[in-house]
Amino acid sequence: MFNEEFAARPADSTTPDVVLSIVDLHVKFRLRGQVLHAIRGISLDIVKHETLAIVGESGAGKSVLMKNLCGLLDPNGWVDSGGIMYEGMNLAAFKSEKDWSRIRGKHVAMVMQDPMTSLNPLKTIGWQIEEALKYNQQLRGSAARKRMLELLADVGIPDTDKRSRQYPHEFSGGMRQRVVIAIALACNPKILICDEPTTALDVTIQAQILKLIHDLKEKYGLTLIYITHDLGVVANVADRIAVMYAGDIVELGTCEEVFFDPRHPYTWALLSSLPQLGTKKQDLYAIQGTPPNLFQPIRGDAFAPRNPWALAIDFQHRPPYAAVSLTHRARTWLLDTRAPTVEPPSAVRSIRTLFDRGAFAGDSARR
Amino acid sequence: MSTAITRPSSSAAANVVTTVRQKERETLLSVRGMRVTFGAGRRRFEAVRGVSFDVYKGETFGLAGESGSGKTTIGRAIIRVNPISGGEVLFRGERISGRVKRKTDGGVVRNIQMIFQDPMASLNERAKVDYIVAEGLTNLNRHLTAAQRQDAVHKALLDVGLLPEFASRFPHEFSGGQRQRIGIARALIMNPSFIIADEPISALDVSIRAQVLNLMSRLQKERGLTYLFIAHDLSVMRFITDRIAVIRQGIIVELANTERLFENPLHPYTRALISAVPVPNPVVEKTKRLEVYDPNMHDYAKFKPEMVEIEPGHWVFGNAPEVEGYRKRMERVSL
Repeated sequence: MFNEEFAARPADSTTPDVVLSIVDLHVKFRLRGQVLHAIRGISLDIVKHETLAIVGESGAGKSVLMKNLCGLLDPNGWVDSGGIMYEGMNLAAFKSEKDWSRIRGKHVAMVMQDPMTSLNPLKTIGWQIEEALKYNQQLRGSAARKRMLELLADVGIPDTDKRSRQYPHEFSGGMRQRVVIAIALACNPKILICDEPTTALDVTIQAQILKLIHDLKEKYGLTLIYITHDLGVVANVADRIAVMYAGDIVELGTCEEVFFDPRHPYTWALLSSLPQLGTKKQDLYAIQGTPPNLFQPIRGDAFAPRNPWALAIDFQHRPPYAAVSLTHRARTWLLDTRAPTVEPPSAVRSIRTLFDRGAFAGDSARR
Repeated sequence: MSTAITRPSSSAAANVVTTVRQKERETLLSVRGMRVTFGAGRRRFEAVRGVSFDVYKGETFGLAGESGSGKTTIGRAIIRVNPISGGEVLFRGERISGRVKRKTDGGVVRNIQMIFQDPMASLNERAKVDYIVAEGLTNLNRHLTAAQRQDAVHKALLDVGLLPEFASRFPHEFSGGQRQRIGIARALIMNPSFIIADEPISALDVSIRAQVLNLMSRLQKERGLTYLFIAHDLSVMRFITDRIAVIRQGIIVELANTERLFENPLHPYTRALISAVPVPNPVVEKTKRLEVYDPNMHDYAKFKPEMVEIEPGHWVFGNAPEVEGYRKRMERVSL
């Protein structure tokens, strides 16, 4: 199972802190006779008990990257090169369902975006949670039922006995998402991946679900990975943020570093386009153009054609993954010593001071 | 504050009290005691329970609320997709709800248009963009020549930043943002004065959102459009609207100028909604206190709640003791 290619890797993947390590991963898909290069050489270490947020537009490859961790890649996709090291195994080399069944659930579980479609409408909520307990924890009968009721209580569903006998259609969207989280927890995973867990939910419910996931992380000692397109949502929950664009991580840093000291122009653009940072009666910053076509090979920086700060070299050579600090990296030529100094846009520079006043989200002094 | 005037919110005949400042503004649309009921008998459900508000010409009026609050139903009732069971809707002073004259009907179709939430679901997959955009025009005006129609479609597409060549394509060839532009073009071709935008950007990516919001603002400036903007996301609301009505379970709980509402939210439900808006600042966000709204906190047994104008242009739903509390809070905040 262990791939020799990675035997000589530096010590960082063996340090106890790193649970999972993605090494120079390339993922490709075959679509209508063409090959789509969805993940273009990503390296990422996931640290134990951290909350990592992966942020990017749709089509950036966030979900594809994470689906690799639990073997849910669509059949027309494959790992072209690179590895995913987890507990001495290379997940990227897994081929059969049998291999994956040892990882999926027990080690890596996933909460999907839409709670409306991820539950079986024909089975009771209780049955669906017990199913996960049966397969992953070998619990049967009354032991399974007891644990199921505990899990329902853990995810904040009241009146567990009655609710466990109900069907998904009797639950609201927020409650369904809680059930999906309970099913993921029933597997007792080490890593929990939440793919846009709150996109389909209302703002108030969204805040509750985020808090719930955070509390459960503490209780179960989980390592959390959030996938989202909304930077605003992750400010509260993330320890580290990885910004993805066109199948590559363009910036990686702690939450504070990415919000207060972003370095990649794409991160600047994402932050500036948040309506919270807009000024009324003025245009909101909008990223021009569209993401690149990944059927074509990317030359230079994938974001260059849409980047008003692009340098000539951005169109020629792929930027280095330059370190800003020990925890902060960005893939941009702007960090090169030869690059001109470029100031981030004013909206980005104002983030630190913008919402300082009071605990109330709305009380800002900006207008 | 002692001059604040109260009115019963549920009465259809309620005379809408406008302040002097707002009287100068022309009312384009006026909703009076609107009720919308679905089902009958035991399954009867009242989705909108007596809602009154005015939309002034040239403004963006926001309807905010959670799913199931009835905000979409109000929009659909104005455009007459859902019949109303009580109250009335006036457009430029003319009643457009219930049975109306044929001429009025045509005027409403021309003047009030809607932009829908999901650009993936709201375009006919089997029709070309040309047909989708022109459909409203051809329905209303049967004497158009092919050339006139094509001109109108091309102009509408250019207005929303799409190329005229796109007219011969099918919806599946477009991205989400482009599809939403087609949805806007379809509304614009009628040359409306009032557009109901039902969650126009919630299905879009963050970067595309900005493009669509900018497009909507630009069109508003160029054509003097009036928007009714329906959304659940208050951060977007704050950016785009002039006034906001917060709606919960078919009742408006608070209505105010947008900035006023954010600076000084009074109703506990509004406060809960605003406190839940994510702030893109990790330091603030991690220390933020979330307010939770418990609907059981209201004791309406003794004193009946009503819509009260607590300061000019700022209405809040509550009974006498609650309104007293809101007044005190306002004084505290202004100190």
